[in-house]
Amino acid sequence: MSNYIVSASPHIRDRVTSQRIMLDVIIALVPALIAAITVFGLRAALVVFVCVATCVLAEFIWQKLMKKTVSVGDLTAVVTGILLAYNLPVNIPLWQAMVGAVVAIIVVKQLFGGVGKNFANPAITARIVMFLAFSVSMTNFVSVDGVSSATPLALITAGRIEELPSLTNMLLGVRGGCLGETSVIALVIGGVYLICRKVITWHTPVVYLATVFVFTLLLGQQPVYQVMSGGLMLGAIFMATDYVTTPYTAIGKVIFGLGAGILTVIIRVYGSYAEGVSYSILLMNILTPYINRIRVRLPVGGARA
Amino acid sequence: MKRLNGVHVPHKKYTAIMTPVHLPTPDLVIIPMSMHIGAPAKPVIKAGDHVKAGQLLAEAVGFVSSPVYSSVSGTVIKLDEMRMSNGQKVPAVIIETDDLQTVDENIHPPVIESKEDFLKAVRDSGVVGLGGAGFPAAVKLTVKEDARVDYLLVNGAECEPYITSDTRTMLDNSDLVMQAAELVRKYLNIPKVVFGIEENKPECIEVFRRLCEEKENMSVCSMPALYPQGGEKVLIYNITGREVPEGKLPLDVGCIVMNCTSLAAIAKYVNTGMPLIEKCVTVDGSAVRYPQNVITPIGTPVKDLFTFCGGFRSEARKMLYGGPMMGIALSDPDLPVLKSTNAVLAFDEKDSILPEPTACIRCGTCVSHCPMRLAPLEIERAFQLKKPEILEKQKVNLCMECGCCAYGCPAKRPLVQVMKLSKSMLREYQNRKKQEQEKLAAKEAEK
Repeated sequence: MSNYIVSASPHIRDRVTSQRIMLDVIIALVPALIAAITVFGLRAALVVFVCVATCVLAEFIWQKLMKKTVSVGDLTAVVTGILLAYNLPVNIPLWQAMVGAVVAIIVVKQLFGGVGKNFANPAITARIVMFLAFSVSMTNFVSVDGVSSATPLALITAGRIEELPSLTNMLLGVRGGCLGETSVIALVIGGVYLICRKVITWHTPVVYLATVFVFTLLLGQQPVYQVMSGGLMLGAIFMATDYVTTPYTAIGKVIFGLGAGILTVIIRVYGSYAEGVSYSILLMNILTPYINRIRVRLPVGGARA
Repeated sequence: MKRLNGVHVPHKKYTAIMTPVHLPTPDLVIIPMSMHIGAPAKPVIKAGDHVKAGQLLAEAVGFVSSPVYSSVSGTVIKLDEMRMSNGQKVPAVIIETDDLQTVDENIHPPVIESKEDFLKAVRDSGVVGLGGAGFPAAVKLTVKEDARVDYLLVNGAECEPYITSDTRTMLDNSDLVMQAAELVRKYLNIPKVVFGIEENKPECIEVFRRLCEEKENMSVCSMPALYPQGGEKVLIYNITGREVPEGKLPLDVGCIVMNCTSLAAIAKYVNTGMPLIEKCVTVDGSAVRYPQNVITPIGTPVKDLFTFCGGFRSEARKMLYGGPMMGIALSDPDLPVLKSTNAVLAFDEKDSILPEPTACIRCGTCVSHCPMRLAPLEIERAFQLKKPEILEKQKVNLCMECGCCAYGCPAKRPLVQVMKLSKSMLREYQNRKKQEQEKLAAKEAEK
């Protein structure tokens, strides 16, 4: 008997790996980290570090305990950690950040079967859990000088339009908010990088942002500020494009962006919360399996069978 | 016009510029009786017989079958059973060659005066689909009187990496390809002939553009170098815009697709009476020392080809019939070159071991790559959950196993394997359902 390897075709594979894709996402998140440290100080880096470390450790320990293959090398837990940190105020107590990270990895991701099996975005769901559990520290936003300050969205809701930061400050991220969500420029740079690297497509972010812009314009709600405020940029570019929890078809991505945009505006304008990005993405996550069933073009030869 | 999806695979057509060389007569040939789809041919010789090159070894049995001829002159050692690469056991004729290559004296060009004569000639030529499918050419060309055929599509896409044997046919035997295309067109009364050639073979496109210049019913379609242009359904869609429905044949949408090398082989038989007994085979791959195109008697053990090409530069760990996207891995280097073999490849350790699969991250790359617009990730999930009814809904049977999904998968999932297994799971389910329905109907009838 010979010792030749016999395997099913194809016998060649493209170079891209899941790990490389996650590395690209991490690279795309770096500009926002630099902006966060510049705007909020070094504590921003500390919060990111704690979240990432907790996520990776939680995944590692869980997989060891459950006697599963340890897959922390795929970097998905790192991405979750960074995204969760970006959704927290810079002064969040570190133990609370750690609770959030454990919720994200264990409850939202691993209990559903680990990477690729979770239906909801771990970072977003953990943020919502934290928002309900630690409402005080989760809404304690500080501005550049360390003094408590209202976010632009809170100002719009309160009708204090004249107090809004300048557009330049909005673009740079010099405003109150979660640590990774404020710098529009840094987030857009990351988004463009992901689109150029073909990690994500333009559909979800563009449709999501455009929907929010159009609807707030129609409702007379400061569309330019609305698009740049809150977690919308971060959510549209990095969370609404998560592979596992959002549609994989082009039409599905458009529907997802549209739905999330409408929900965000409804929550922001009519809801009791100033911010609605997390809830809208979570709601659309739940609809994703159904959105995936929508096909514009049927399989070749499948239509008349 | 919108074209079907695919993937950009590396071309690696290193041997395209090399004129094929003849392999010295091998010591031994192993000629299987089943190198085509359909009933195996029935041997007409016996052990100890002396045979000449081009002599009939086995005749076709029934309509869907094809005759088999001796590729060498020599003595039949035995009629034996052999195990093919797909695991099937088939009868085979083993011939020890006498190194003289005496040609059978009964070989003379067939007289062709009618469509029936032509179809008989195609049948007698022993030609089967040489692109790899191995469907008897005569069966493909036997068209009902009332069937309308609008197109003869000549498949010169050759979209697999490495393989250049069709390229060489198109360059070295363009006159034969044209001649046979013209014969098929004439006797089947087909209004249009289109040569589909991938744009990474500009010299082939050039040759056929020139040959088609004076023929108003023949043209060349330059296709994008996007694997799998040579897939029958992809070729049909991208040239004519027609979709072959599930479970139907190209003929049902007015198309006949023939590989360019099949046509050249038919023309050779028409001109000389010499049936299909040799093939131009691309010998390449990272383990092969001197890759080249080799004109090989059918039945030559694959290992002889590698030896002829300078042996291995590094230890060969994987051998393939055909290209790396759809080729079949060989367990045994003694397996012979078949009628439909267009390449044999050998790879070193590094190129033989596939990466370990990781969990599906539902990125949708497989969906955007699939030429048939299927959703391989949903099919894999349905397979894991053992849900044949979802497999049916997801149209797994439309899959042609081209490998685009698995090629592009960042998680390195073995998706083609899953497709194959899913198809048999669905087949079992459908058989079971049919049996149950029959039982039910029988009960109803009893009442």
